[in-house]
Amino acid sequence: MLPRPALTDYLPHRTLLRLLAVLLLVIAPHLWRLPWWEGVAVVSLVLWRGLASSRQWGLPPRTLKLVLAIAAFIGVYSVFGRVTGQNAGIALLVLMLALKLTEMRSRRDVMVVVFLMYFLLATHFLYSQEMWTILYLFMSVIAITSVLVDVHHPGEPLPLRTSLRLGGRLILHSLPLMVLFFVLFPRIPGPIWGLPADAGPTRSGLSDSMTPGDISSLILSSEIAFRVRFEGAPPAKKLLYWRGPVFREFNGRSWNQSTQDLLDRTWPVAELSGEPTRYEITLEPMRNRWLFALDLPDPRQLPAQSRIDRMATVIVEAPTIERRLIRWASFTSYVLEPELRPRDRERDTRLPPGSNPRAVALAQSWRTQGLGDAQVVDAALTMFREQPFFYTLEPPRLGTHSADEFIFDTRRGFCEHYSSAFAVLMRAAGVPTRVVTGYQGMEANAYGGYYLVRQSDAHAWNEVWLEGRGWVRVDPTSMIPPSRIESSALEAMAGNEAREGLGGLERAKYLLEARWDWANARWNEWVLGYGPEMQKEFLSHFGIERQRQMLLVLTAGITVALLLVGWVAIRRAIPPRITERALLLWRAAARRLAKSGYVQRPDEGPRDFVERVVEREPALFEPLHTALDAYLRLRYAGEQNTALEGEFAAAVKRIRRV
Amino acid sequence: MATPPPARSAPSRMIRSVLHPLRWAQERIDAWVLRRVRQVPGPIEIARNRVYIVPTRFGWGFAVTIMVMLAGAMNYSNSMAFALAFLLMGLGLVCMHHTHANLVHVLLRAGRTRPIYAGEIAHFEVLIDNAASHPRYALAAGWARETNGEPACDVPPQGFSSVTLASPAPRRGWHQAGIFSISTEFPLGLFHAWTWAQLDMRCLVFPLPAKPGMPPPLSAGSGGTAGAGRSGQDEFAGLRSYQRGDALRSIHWKSLPKSISPMVKQFSETVEQALWLNWDAVPLADVEARLSQLVRWILDAEAEGRAYGLRLPGTDIPPGHGETHRFECLKALALFGQR
Repeated sequence: MLPRPALTDYLPHRTLLRLLAVLLLVIAPHLWRLPWWEGVAVVSLVLWRGLASSRQWGLPPRTLKLVLAIAAFIGVYSVFGRVTGQNAGIALLVLMLALKLTEMRSRRDVMVVVFLMYFLLATHFLYSQEMWTILYLFMSVIAITSVLVDVHHPGEPLPLRTSLRLGGRLILHSLPLMVLFFVLFPRIPGPIWGLPADAGPTRSGLSDSMTPGDISSLILSSEIAFRVRFEGAPPAKKLLYWRGPVFREFNGRSWNQSTQDLLDRTWPVAELSGEPTRYEITLEPMRNRWLFALDLPDPRQLPAQSRIDRMATVIVEAPTIERRLIRWASFTSYVLEPELRPRDRERDTRLPPGSNPRAVALAQSWRTQGLGDAQVVDAALTMFREQPFFYTLEPPRLGTHSADEFIFDTRRGFCEHYSSAFAVLMRAAGVPTRVVTGYQGMEANAYGGYYLVRQSDAHAWNEVWLEGRGWVRVDPTSMIPPSRIESSALEAMAGNEAREGLGGLERAKYLLEARWDWANARWNEWVLGYGPEMQKEFLSHFGIERQRQMLLVLTAGITVALLLVGWVAIRRAIPPRITERALLLWRAAARRLAKSGYVQRPDEGPRDFVERVVEREPALFEPLHTALDAYLRLRYAGEQNTALEGEFAAAVKRIRRV
Repeated sequence: MATPPPARSAPSRMIRSVLHPLRWAQERIDAWVLRRVRQVPGPIEIARNRVYIVPTRFGWGFAVTIMVMLAGAMNYSNSMAFALAFLLMGLGLVCMHHTHANLVHVLLRAGRTRPIYAGEIAHFEVLIDNAASHPRYALAAGWARETNGEPACDVPPQGFSSVTLASPAPRRGWHQAGIFSISTEFPLGLFHAWTWAQLDMRCLVFPLPAKPGMPPPLSAGSGGTAGAGRSGQDEFAGLRSYQRGDALRSIHWKSLPKSISPMVKQFSETVEQALWLNWDAVPLADVEARLSQLVRWILDAEAEGRAYGLRLPGTDIPPGHGETHRFECLKALALFGQR
């Protein structure tokens, strides 16, 4: 029963193999994000470790380990140009975790590996927080916990099923606590120390370029972009487009701002009509140079230190690094650039030669059917609306001809994909088009009478120039039925049930996908979006307004949950209640004898025990033999005799301390 | 006894209380608890209020890991990272209950203890009973204030397992087991749960045999009074363990069910030439040295198959040989001069 003496390994071979398997499970999703040589290094380290344990190879000397560690730093630095930040940091963490396998001599080393595995699990969610990741989370946590159980079972390893069951039960018992913490733990608005430059997958619409093919996921930050307070009634929902940077340079894959435009100090011509909407915006510091305003801000009433550029975006001289209050007047009814300059027309219809041939061919086929500009726009929107295009936050990656692949193959994407593909189609048909990014929509705050616009409201849409109407806003993403503008996914699904032309199986698939999308939307809204604001709002339904109250309720909830878990755990430890009277009486007799120092040994039957005691204590001969006789008859001869039980009880009472 | 805590001077205790406040507090609490542990013959049921539990250093490490994760989750406003951190927080708290439940309601009983010679290690067997319908894992036993090399065992549901506690026994006589702990860190090693117990366990320690060399004084009482009454080949002299080649009819069948190996009846053919080992005849001044020498002679005589008697001041053991006889003689020597 002694723990196996470990020469080089703290863990028994089988436990070590389990640990390595779990390590691979936890590292696996990172492998394809890491440089190829790192993947090879990590996998070979794990394989070598398993072999070293089974073949009893020696562990590498100190100097070699030091060289490997330095090589890891140099390798990561040469790829990322740094060793901090999100991607480089994770690359380094994975390498160091794999290198830690070369020294697992003590319990401490093993614990460091296990804790690092838990930590590494958290880093996956920087890349993806889709709904399936919760399954991955539970699977991995159970696996790691089971390994931790194995580590603390010295000697012969537990059967795999047993350790998985023990780990799974621990996680199951932790679930209620997790939910309580998740809902009630006071959330504070992040970030605390600022995000690294490469933090997160991307922020939709807020960078100074847009490459739909590259970004395969979209961070859903519930961080607030700005707060809005209107002087009068807020404008209609479909007018809530907050204009940000506009892109007009397309290189086949990405949309960029052009240096020409940055130097162009001319104003756009705009005919404004109607009454302006007056409002004030509290802009959060986002470290960029754009101010966001409803289409179209009055160029005559711009905030200080700002100007409006040719594409009607308001630009400040220095990036916003502190929260800023801005008053605006916007005209929701306007004609922007009634006359288009010829060089602008040329630039806004330009496509790189040879790129996206299928999209270009499609657009030109519309032209050959003799459609006008406005009809081409409608044709493209109809395509998005009626063909099975899906709105997803986790679209597949796209290659060189991103618009082709999106329109004809993948058909899954978010606003960037739709606006980019739409712009390519329009330009191919000769309609001047550009991509506008910014925010769309807002949500009311129940208390302050103001509205919130979050980073997750970031959006990309288009403007097409039509004769006599100027630049007209077109939002191709809104053509997708479960849209974020008009209707929820479920309503859209109900409305589309009447859709014709879809076969049974195809329709079922479509409905399933719509349902999945709807579930994803709920997931995004309720789980991923559960931040300080939403927590406050949600808990206010229960009368919990302040953080102090949250902590109080949390403490109470955790206490109750722990009491329940403790009860469940203890219940398994409590011996089953004995109801057999003979056994109870025998136990009572044993307790009395124990006071005199006589304890029945495990290898001693009742008869031998009594003989042994009586030999030393002749005074106990009578009561002990009476009790023994009664016990044997009741328990083993199966007699049912209450009189005998009475005698038994009386005899037990006569066993006195000697 | 288990090694007593080293006495510390007052100033060094004060320095300790400043340098390691947690450990110091732990020691104070332990000392307080240990003074209240009573020796009982057993069995001891570990009640809920007798189980103590503290986080291990890995428990603290786990907490720090979670805090870092939580800070990261706040910084990135990452809901899934929050979920993981909260799940692990829950896991830590739940683990506390599971570690506690792994230990509570087991029953401790004293097992067998074999006699040893002075200077050897006494092994005390402790039996752990689990009456519950679920198994217990990795229960370890160790002396109070000692933590190294604790053997651990699993206890099946409605069964028992034994752990062995080792304690060096430098002196002859009864070697009393001290306060020991039954502890567990199962399942996750984040918490250390333990209980103190002292069972009435003692180990008989024979004097250390002297180096071979000095022959027993032949004149010293051979043909003494006790041996005179016995004669004859078939005189029963005692029992010894079965060895290959012993005749079947010499096996002591009565004792067979109780003992691990069969016992063989011995008959005193050599009683006539019985060797009397006399305390007064040992040519050594020191009491312990005399006892050691007597032990050596007993072992030698036993090995040669000779009958021997022991004469100590106040005790006479008539000649004989065999396991039981040897034990009686050695016991008399072990407890010589002790109550």
